[in-house]
Amino acid sequence: MANMFRQCPDSGLYFHRDAEALMKAHAVLAVVFLLLGGVGGLLIALTRAPTVHLLSAENFYMVLTFHGTAVLLFWIIFFEIAVLYFASSTLLRVRPATPSIGWLGFLLMLGGAIMTTVAIFAGNSSVMFTSYVPMQASPYFYLGLILFAVGALLGCFIFLGTLVIAKEEKTYEGSIPLVTFGAVTAAIIAIFTIATGAIILIPTFMWSMGWISHIDPAMYRVLWWGMGHSSQQINVSAHVAVWYAIAAIVFGAKPMSEKVSRGAFLLYILFLQLASAHHLLADPGISSNWKVFNTSYAMYLAVLASMIHGLTVPGSIEVAQRKKGFNNGLFEWLTKAPWGNPVFSGMFLSLIIFGFIGGITGVVMGTEQINLIIHNTIFVPAHFHATVAVGTTLAFMAITYFLIPVLFRRKLVMPGLAKWQPYIFSAGMMMLIMFLLGAGTLGVPRRHWDVNFADAVLKYEFAGTAITLLGLAAVGAVLAAVGGALYCVIAVFSLVFGEKLDPHAGLLQSFGVPLSQAAYTVDRPSTLGLSAVETHGHGEVSAPGTFALALVFLLSFVVYFFINAKYLASVWPMG
Amino acid sequence: MAITPPSEKIWWNRPLDKVEGLWILLALAWCLILFLWMPYWHIYGKQNLSNEAYRTSPDAYEAKARAWADKHKVGEENGIPVVAPQDGGDVYMLGRLWEWWPILQLKKGVTYRLHLSSLDWQHGFSLQPTNINLQVLPGYETVMKITPDQSGSFGVVCNEFCGVGHHTMLGKIYVK
Repeated sequence: MANMFRQCPDSGLYFHRDAEALMKAHAVLAVVFLLLGGVGGLLIALTRAPTVHLLSAENFYMVLTFHGTAVLLFWIIFFEIAVLYFASSTLLRVRPATPSIGWLGFLLMLGGAIMTTVAIFAGNSSVMFTSYVPMQASPYFYLGLILFAVGALLGCFIFLGTLVIAKEEKTYEGSIPLVTFGAVTAAIIAIFTIATGAIILIPTFMWSMGWISHIDPAMYRVLWWGMGHSSQQINVSAHVAVWYAIAAIVFGAKPMSEKVSRGAFLLYILFLQLASAHHLLADPGISSNWKVFNTSYAMYLAVLASMIHGLTVPGSIEVAQRKKGFNNGLFEWLTKAPWGNPVFSGMFLSLIIFGFIGGITGVVMGTEQINLIIHNTIFVPAHFHATVAVGTTLAFMAITYFLIPVLFRRKLVMPGLAKWQPYIFSAGMMMLIMFLLGAGTLGVPRRHWDVNFADAVLKYEFAGTAITLLGLAAVGAVLAAVGGALYCVIAVFSLVFGEKLDPHAGLLQSFGVPLSQAAYTVDRPSTLGLSAVETHGHGEVSAPGTFALALVFLLSFVVYFFINAKYLASVWPMG
Repeated sequence: MAITPPSEKIWWNRPLDKVEGLWILLALAWCLILFLWMPYWHIYGKQNLSNEAYRTSPDAYEAKARAWADKHKVGEENGIPVVAPQDGGDVYMLGRLWEWWPILQLKKGVTYRLHLSSLDWQHGFSLQPTNINLQVLPGYETVMKITPDQSGSFGVVCNEFCGVGHHTMLGKIYVK
């Protein structure tokens, strides 16, 4: 049989011919949808800025439906499937299971994404990403989502099958790497998520076809959020795995302890919030006992897990940096980090903004009673732009800069701009997020075309500050769009025009066509051995700088929580 | 490294890093406080979510709200009845494409039983500027005690997307 592996001379990683092609195809489509969805996001922000008010109401609601679907589902999940191939086949040096079914999954995802996109732009499916019944979209809207999910499910099964092959063929010693463990977490949650999605989307599709007469709106919300929120837990698991991967790639960082980091991933699986109750806190017909218990499981262990990763990822970098001699004071390890390398800067900004902004706002608004002052305000999109648009998206952007030379074998074009890209994108997103958090706190609704109510029979005026904040948020959105566009341009231009690091890395090869057979010279990679033993860790305080940052985080969390509790105490008494 | 297998085959016996152990304890303590705050607020807080809800149908709810509004109507504004309920009594508001109906006139410091439901799609009851936000579903009638403690004119914005006229859906509550 022909050799199927090549070893990347820069990274030492082994790529299997089939897995490599699948990874590229998924990653490229991810970027395409990020670009399309990002344009949608910019149009939305420019419409919500009252002085610009760009789109008509019909177009605004249509584009908003597309924006959510394109970036939250298509961009992220296409990229995640690529991450799954990387974390299994590449990291474990093993052939992927059933690559032909991998391509089937890819085609289903692509077909589904196109079907849903066409249904949205046909104009009769402006139902938002959440498609709450009894508002009805075209059957193609739901069918496209179902096909996309089936394709993603095939990707998850292939991932698990690949792990089985790796174990069977003994391609590695000991336990799977932590990054692969994180990917396993993501895949398990994805399977659960897709199953829940099927339970609600298949009947909804049948209802849109007229085969079912009625879907209960409260039941729809319970089940839909079983998919909608746990899909965010896939993103968290995947991007935390990417954080660990980047810490290892850039710094050679070793997890502070495997037990803690893996335990934290396990907590995601166990406490991923089966019903995602915090989306239902303001709903009728569900008791407070149910809400309080299911939003927290009495201990907020999924939150605990994220707080653990928030310490252990930078902690592992600190340990690695101190070992290299960056030992002065609390923060030399951080100030002397490679801030000009977008792989690192993107990852670190993702971590900080995800934790400090996304994490804190998410838990605060997920508190049963505090949700009263936040539910469905524009605070909510501000929160999930911190978690998904910065946390997940920026982490994926960061690893792209690593993958372009290593996986695509092209030299990055415009490295000077790439250096700035994570900062531009984060600065824009931070403006967008902070101003929207402010507007949301003042009660401005999400998904709303005109908060000046020009066409309403009655009148209401929001505080002038709220209107100003919406305008400022749009400035942030423009900057974030520039940052996002830079990423797309750098990625696509690198794939098309970047200097070839391998003579076989042609144009089509950048988009999923396998390299010519001559590129593959390895029959079976050497067995992946255990990490070198290191002696740091117990006994001494190994990451004091990270611990200090963690304490600042905890303090911010406590202060912000009680500020909101105080705000809650000021609204009309009710119960 | 995180991209290679752990350095020991039996990695789970290795003790935690000191910083990790301490952080886990601190974080867990905070998570427990976050949880306990919710039952605490149910006992000592004044702003809580109601647990009273009933199955209903759009027709039944509309009939009930209309009969009540006819009985307590005190005026009209833009063709919409202004309704002043008796102190401490039931108050009805319904959401439909695209209005909150009727306009309410309440008294400051008086506790009412507010009923909410939708006649068609999902709506979001968003009372501004006091900033109370509730999900309103068709087929479910939710009832809550509410005590306006500020006087003035309040807007009821719809903050759940309900179609192309969503942004014109606005109601009013006056508190005297």
